[in-house]
Amino acid sequence: MLEIRFHGRGGQGAVTSVELLALAAINEGKFAQGFPSFGPERRGAPVLAFLRINDHHIRLRCKVAHPDVILILDPSLIRIQKPAMDLKAGGVIVLNSPKSISEVRREYGFKHTLAVVDANTIAREVLGVPITNTTMLGALIKATGVVAVESLEHPLKERFGPLAAKNLAACKAAYEKTQVEEARP
Amino acid sequence: MKPLEQTTWQEIELGGLLREPGSARAYKTGDWRSQHPVWTKSRCIRCGVCWTVCPEPAIIQEPGGYFDMDPDYCKGCGICARECVTGCITMVPEEE
Amino acid sequence: MAEHAKRLGMEVSIAVSHAVQMARAEAIAAYPITPQTHIVEHLSSLVANGDLEAEFINVESEHSALSACVGTSAAGARTFTATSSQGLALMHEILFIASALRLPIVMAVANRALSGPLSIWNDHSDIMAARDIGWIQVFVENGQEAFDHTVMAFKMAENSQVLIPTMVNMDGFILTHVVEALEIPEQALIDRFLPPYVPRHQLDPKRPMTMGAFAMPEIYLEVKMKHQVTLMNSYDRILAIWEEWGRLTGRHYQPVERFRTEGAKILLLTMGCLGEVAAVAVEELREQGLPVGLLSLRLWRPFPFAALREAVNGAELVIVCDRALSLGGGAPPVLAEVRSAFYSLASRPAMLGYIIGLGGRDVSPEDFKEIVARAQKENPEAPSQEFFLYGVRG
Repeated sequence: MLEIRFHGRGGQGAVTSVELLALAAINEGKFAQGFPSFGPERRGAPVLAFLRINDHHIRLRCKVAHPDVILILDPSLIRIQKPAMDLKAGGVIVLNSPKSISEVRREYGFKHTLAVVDANTIAREVLGVPITNTTMLGALIKATGVVAVESLEHPLKERFGPLAAKNLAACKAAYEKTQVEEARP
Repeated sequence: MKPLEQTTWQEIELGGLLREPGSARAYKTGDWRSQHPVWTKSRCIRCGVCWTVCPEPAIIQEPGGYFDMDPDYCKGCGICARECVTGCITMVPEEE
Repeated sequence: MAEHAKRLGMEVSIAVSHAVQMARAEAIAAYPITPQTHIVEHLSSLVANGDLEAEFINVESEHSALSACVGTSAAGARTFTATSSQGLALMHEILFIASALRLPIVMAVANRALSGPLSIWNDHSDIMAARDIGWIQVFVENGQEAFDHTVMAFKMAENSQVLIPTMVNMDGFILTHVVEALEIPEQALIDRFLPPYVPRHQLDPKRPMTMGAFAMPEIYLEVKMKHQVTLMNSYDRILAIWEEWGRLTGRHYQPVERFRTEGAKILLLTMGCLGEVAAVAVEELREQGLPVGLLSLRLWRPFPFAALREAVNGAELVIVCDRALSLGGGAPPVLAEVRSAFYSLASRPAMLGYIIGLGGRDVSPEDFKEIVARAQKENPEAPSQEFFLYGVRG
C-alpha cells in the first residue's frame, strides 16, 4: 500500500487533488482512499489531505501517520508543519518551489528522494491563476508513477468540465519539468 | 369496539391507528357534569352565542331556533351561561 | 460483482445519495449539518436537476425535517432524511413518534459527537442518546456497505410485517467524507429488489382515520408491547432481506460479523467502521500467534442476542470497544448491552470495556493492539476500572 500526504493551505485544492488521484487509481482498477484532515474549512489555514492506494480493499480509517510520499503545495508550510519529520526512510518529497534541488536540500536539509517543480510559474502560464494543485499532480506522477497521467483525464473532466483540458495541460507540463533526485543519506 | 381495558396487545391496530373517524363520540363526557345550563326562553333572542362558544360542542339548536344542552356530552362548564348576551342561561346543580 | 454493476470511485456521502436516488425515494426533508451535509446537498441537486422525481422539502430545523417526514410517510410516500449529532438530538421527540406511528422512514446518520464541548468529529454519542427510539438501527463499515444498507433499509422498513423506521449509521468524516471504490448495481436490479412502496394505511381525505391518538394508562402498555414485539420480530425479516441482497449482489451481511474468530480466546468487539481498522490489528496479532478474533456488531436494534451468543461461543475474554460514554454510569452502552446478553448464562466470557475514538480521536491498528495487550494484563474478574477511557491523558 502506498500512503501519500498532501500539505497545503485551505483553498489551494489539496483535497481536490487527493480525490482526483483516488478516482484515477480506482479507474485503473486499484483501490484507493482520498480524504481530508477533517474539520472546519478555513481558507489559508494549513491543511492536510491523505491518499492511500492499494491492490485490494483498504480497511484503515485513520490518518496517514508515516507516509511513503509527501507533497508540499506551498513551501511556506515547511517551517510550520515540518512535513518530512514522519516520512518513511525510503520516502519521497514532492515540492512546489522555484528553487533548484540543491538549493532546496541546502535550505531545508531534506535527505529523502526529492522532486521539485516550479508549479506557480506553470500554473500562471497555463491556467492563468497560481493554483497549483492539479499542476503538482504531474510532479507527483513523475516522482512516483502512482497512476498514469491519462488516468486523470476523466476525473478532471468530471470535476472541472471545460476547464479540464487546461488543468491536464498544466499537469503534463509539470510532469515534463519536474526534477527528481535520489535520496542523499 | 372492545373496551380499552380488555384489549390485548395483539389486538392493537398498527401504529395505534383509529380507523373509524369521530371515535371520540363514543366517549360520553356528560357524566363529568355537576351542573347544567337551563335556558329561560322568554329572554332568549336565539342569537346562537351559546352554541358558538360551547367547547364540546354539546348545545343543540331545536326546531324553533331555541337552544338546549346535549346531556350525553355537556360537561357543565358554564361558558354558555357566562357568555349569554341576555343572561337567559342559568347553571343549575345536578340533582343528587 | 453482480451482472452489469459499475465499479466507481466516489465520496461515500455521494454514494448514499445515489442509493436514495436508485431506491426512488419520493419525499426528502432534511436540514444540513456537518458531516451529513453532502448527502442531502447532493440529493437536493438531483431533485433540482430532475434526476430524482421527489419532493425535496426545505425546512428550518431537524425537528421540522423529521416532522415533515412523518407527514410525507403518513401520506404514503417513500421518505428519506439524514442528520447528525445535534440534529439527531433536535429530532428526538419526533423519533419516537415516527416509530410509534409505524412510519417506514429511512434515515442516514453521519455519526458525530454531541456537544459539549462543541465537536464536529466522529463518535457514537449521538445515536447512543437515541438508542431507545424504537427504530431499526444498522451500522456500516465502508462505502459499499453504506450504499447497500441504504437501499436495503427501505425494504426492511417498508416490509408489511415490519413497518418500522430504519436508521443507517455511518461514521462521520472517517467514512462519509472518504473517496473510495464501490460497486453500484444497475437500476433494474434495485427496481427488482425494491418494488414501489405500498402503504398499509395512509392519510387520505376520502378515508379519514386518526393517527397519533393519545393513549390512556389502560392501553399505553399494550401499544408499547406491540411495538417491542414487532421490532424484535423484524429480525427474521431483516435477515431474509439481507440474504436476498446477498444472492443478487454477492455481498452477504450478518447481524454480528465475524473475522478470524476460529479458535479465538480473545475477541475484540466493535461497531461501525473502526471494525475494519481492528481487523488489520487482528490479522497482525494472529501472525504473532495470539488467538484473537473480531466481532463487529452490524445490527444494534433489534439487538441480535442469539447471534451474539453464538458468535462469542468458546471465547474467554471479550473486549468491547465503545464509541460513547455513559456519563455517571458503570458501563458504556455497547458493553452494557453485550454484558446483559450473557449475564443469565451459566458459562460466560469475561468482559472488559474500552472507550475509543471519542470526538474524532484517531484510532489506528496500533491502538487495537495496545488495547489487547492492556486487557491481557487486567484480571477480568476484578478489573482495575469499570471501563477504560483508552488514550486519555493524565
